[in-house]
Amino acid sequence: MIPLRTAFLSLIALTTAFSFSFADDSGAGVETEVQAAATSSPVSASPVEMINQLIQRGWADYEVRPAGEVDDGAWCRRVYLDVIGRIPTVEELAEFKSDRSSDRRANLVDRLLHDDQYTEEYARHWSTVWTNLLIGRSGGSDRRSLVSRDGMQKYLRDSFASNKPYNKMVYELVTATGSAKPGTDRFNGAVNFLIDKVNEEKATLATSSTTRIFLGQQVQCTQCHNHPFNQWKQQRFWEFNSFFRQTRGLRRFVDGTNDIDHGELIDQDYAGEANDPEDAMIFYELRNGLTKVAYPKFSDGEKEYEIGPSGFVDEVNRRSELARLMMQSESLDKMIVNRMWSMFMGHGFTRPIDDLGPHNPSTHPELLAGLGEAFRHSSYDLKSLITWITSSRPYQLDATLGSGNESDDPSIGEPPKFSRFYLRQMSAEQLYQSMVTATDASGSGSYEEQERERRRWLQQFVVAFGTDEGDEATTFNGSIPQALMLFNGDLTKNAISTKQGSFLDRLADNSKSPQDAVKGLFLAGLSRRPERKELQIASKLLVAREGDVKEMMQDMWWAIINSNEFILQH
Amino acid sequence: MTWKTPAGMTRRHFIEHLAGSSAALGASMTMGNAIYAHADEMKKNRKSAILLWMGGGPATIDIWDLKPGAPTGGPFKPISTTGEGQICEHMPMMAKQMKHLSIVRSMSTREADHNRGRYYMHTGFVPNPNIEHPSYGSVISHELMEQRSDLEIPPFVSIGGASSGPGFLGMAWSPFSVSSNGRIRNMEKKLDETRLRQRMVALGAIQSGFERRTRDLPAMEHSKVLKKTFDLMTSSQMEAFQVDKEPQEMKERYGTDRFGQGCLLARRLVEAGVPFVEVDLGGWDNHQGIHNTLETQKLPQLDRAMSALTEDLAQRGMLEDTVIIWMGEFGRTPRINQDAGRDHFARAWSCVVGGGNLKGGLVVGETSNDGSAVESEPYSSEDLMTTVCKGLGISTEKTFTSKNGRPMKIAGGGKIITDLVA
Repeated sequence: MIPLRTAFLSLIALTTAFSFSFADDSGAGVETEVQAAATSSPVSASPVEMINQLIQRGWADYEVRPAGEVDDGAWCRRVYLDVIGRIPTVEELAEFKSDRSSDRRANLVDRLLHDDQYTEEYARHWSTVWTNLLIGRSGGSDRRSLVSRDGMQKYLRDSFASNKPYNKMVYELVTATGSAKPGTDRFNGAVNFLIDKVNEEKATLATSSTTRIFLGQQVQCTQCHNHPFNQWKQQRFWEFNSFFRQTRGLRRFVDGTNDIDHGELIDQDYAGEANDPEDAMIFYELRNGLTKVAYPKFSDGEKEYEIGPSGFVDEVNRRSELARLMMQSESLDKMIVNRMWSMFMGHGFTRPIDDLGPHNPSTHPELLAGLGEAFRHSSYDLKSLITWITSSRPYQLDATLGSGNESDDPSIGEPPKFSRFYLRQMSAEQLYQSMVTATDASGSGSYEEQERERRRWLQQFVVAFGTDEGDEATTFNGSIPQALMLFNGDLTKNAISTKQGSFLDRLADNSKSPQDAVKGLFLAGLSRRPERKELQIASKLLVAREGDVKEMMQDMWWAIINSNEFILQH
Repeated sequence: MTWKTPAGMTRRHFIEHLAGSSAALGASMTMGNAIYAHADEMKKNRKSAILLWMGGGPATIDIWDLKPGAPTGGPFKPISTTGEGQICEHMPMMAKQMKHLSIVRSMSTREADHNRGRYYMHTGFVPNPNIEHPSYGSVISHELMEQRSDLEIPPFVSIGGASSGPGFLGMAWSPFSVSSNGRIRNMEKKLDETRLRQRMVALGAIQSGFERRTRDLPAMEHSKVLKKTFDLMTSSQMEAFQVDKEPQEMKERYGTDRFGQGCLLARRLVEAGVPFVEVDLGGWDNHQGIHNTLETQKLPQLDRAMSALTEDLAQRGMLEDTVIIWMGEFGRTPRINQDAGRDHFARAWSCVVGGGNLKGGLVVGETSNDGSAVESEPYSSEDLMTTVCKGLGISTEKTFTSKNGRPMKIAGGGKIITDLVA
């Protein structure tokens, strides 16, 4: 049993000097003196060299031969999908190919990250990813929910558009107060992460989400019992949970009615479960029915930090203390590096990516730690991290399983060695955005209307599991409902429309010949030219369509967007 | 060669030529109802299973294994049934059907987290980061497909939920998720079949090119799913999903809520030959105010639909070939917590099974006076599903080989609950 409050540890917590200031809201002014706490070895090589060396060492150790280098067209498609969430247009592909310099790939990444023309798409892509992560695909759709999905997205869009340092974003998400809905007084979109997670069941969902998403620690089982294989104990769960107990989500009503207008997240004095704000303790029950006491305490590996028992917000703001302690944790760095790596490379260094506990060793521990440290040294610049990963050797490899790397197959449970680019399906959001961009399939309306349409479309894939933890799954998983959607759905119907001004109509008008039009389709959908056999089939289709070029194009475009090559990131 | 159907050639015959000539999708382009021989014979013996999945973890101590008088017993009273045991007073219709089903009161498992419990009860394996195990729906439909080569609709249908995936068996064995009204999005054909088939040939060419270049599994899996989708779209068996066609009194007998209609849909699908159907009823994660929720919402809903399904299958003579399984990811604590709820509890709980070759009307195993421990032979997810396999005539010696070459016994090599097997 862990002692409830160890005087020794309190002393450490009180005497350790932390200077923390996020007062400068411009995005650059994150000051911390906590680097001194970092313990890993110094990074001598550049992060890209470090990736290349350590990944190649793994190839040598396991005697795998990496796949060859991917050609420029496929790489261009890959990096557009990963960085801004859609495939490149024919013009963008041509522009990339016209760059004959040896660092054209780096130039393209630089353009996608830093050219103003891509800021909005970059921000939309990453805000979509993070919205799903923070509030789920269905967050905010329930009538009783205080979450404003618009508010969450707006906060994240602004954060990614201004390239807010990652630690600052996490700090804001964990400590936010204010109104959830854009356009209201005290609007602060960051509150949407926690606003539905603090009211029910003593904020257990806030506890498990915060630890899992930002620190890579899976604690949900320890709510009720000590975890059999994981160092997290029930005591630690409730200690961590205590940080969230000053926080409430309030309903704000439309004036003079009982209709909820929006939610507001606040911190208020907390008297604890023994009704003493000077000593705001909480109780939890052991499985044998015994009751125990917990106070806020942050456990990070072997280290533990206490913040005192007061429930008065102006004495101790528990969430601010929590966020401050999180900022020092190496788990914060490792978790985001692991997450970003897996998003670009198809697999993380651990499986699942958000379980970094000691019971779940990583495939490349040195690289994970080194990248985490480099990321911290970059002042948590996500665009630097993206640049490192996309410039690394493993990201340039072909998506080919060959005789030299047959054993490198994570889909059969082998630890990934990154000796090839692993095929993986686009997300529903990437598909939607790709179709919209490639074909202007969802044309008109304001940003809000388009966003509503997109959201409606995305909602069809969400399935809930019926638990209190809000678990959900997606049917956009390569199974039949997804295939049916791409065969017959409205998105496809719009994409293959031949009416005046449509994508196919314009492409037909701008093509010198039917062959030329087919070439345009393959470049638009697959970033490559058609093969001979594909051209032959197109010409047969042209005969079957009695010479109607647009109808033939309709058939070919339908085939392209339904293909494995289209839907699989490769 | 022209793409007009030549005179005297059926469309199907024609498309086989096309497929052959372009080597596109290969055999997958030859559609249809090739094998009708012995169909009636086969139908007679073919088995199916319906899983009623109670998402969230139902308090079986309040439903199937009451502890009246115990401090943990809760307010519900037991009533007698047409089977051996007593069940909750709020399940009166089910009480009349209990001669058909048996209660296993000695389930004892270790996974009390939703995701882990859902995985374990659906697969018979604990989650392992290095391998995805196929769910029972995938395994059982995989095994029972031999009996129904004429089936064109997916062999594993999940109604109103997400079920659990096919693991290493591949996407072709994943659950086909539909809502309980049986309507399937994007099914309407907007194209004449000839042109659709021609498009499939073009698609096949792109598919096979990409498969050749990457040689990787996801590329191949995609082709299998396309074939299944095409089969589905062109199949007359889709009528089975039209639960609206049932007479009004039948709909009302099952209950007009989603779960009721889902159970009715499950019966239609089994009739049409689908070997595994899962129907989901969520909302059992009752950490607070459990008894009010059970009495006023969950139990009446469950009672109506489950009893209707059992009775209907029995009256149609289908119960002897259809195994019904009722379970969730775990049970709930005997102890009633400070919020008048019950928390997750896996150590001692109940499942209900029956139909097929399994005996009905029995109570297997027992728990202690307060429901906190199993006092007879404990049974696991593996044991239950091994027994279900037996009830379906599937050999329990069957072994699968996962992609990394690890052999895996069907249902995790559990032991048969002998009391249930005739």
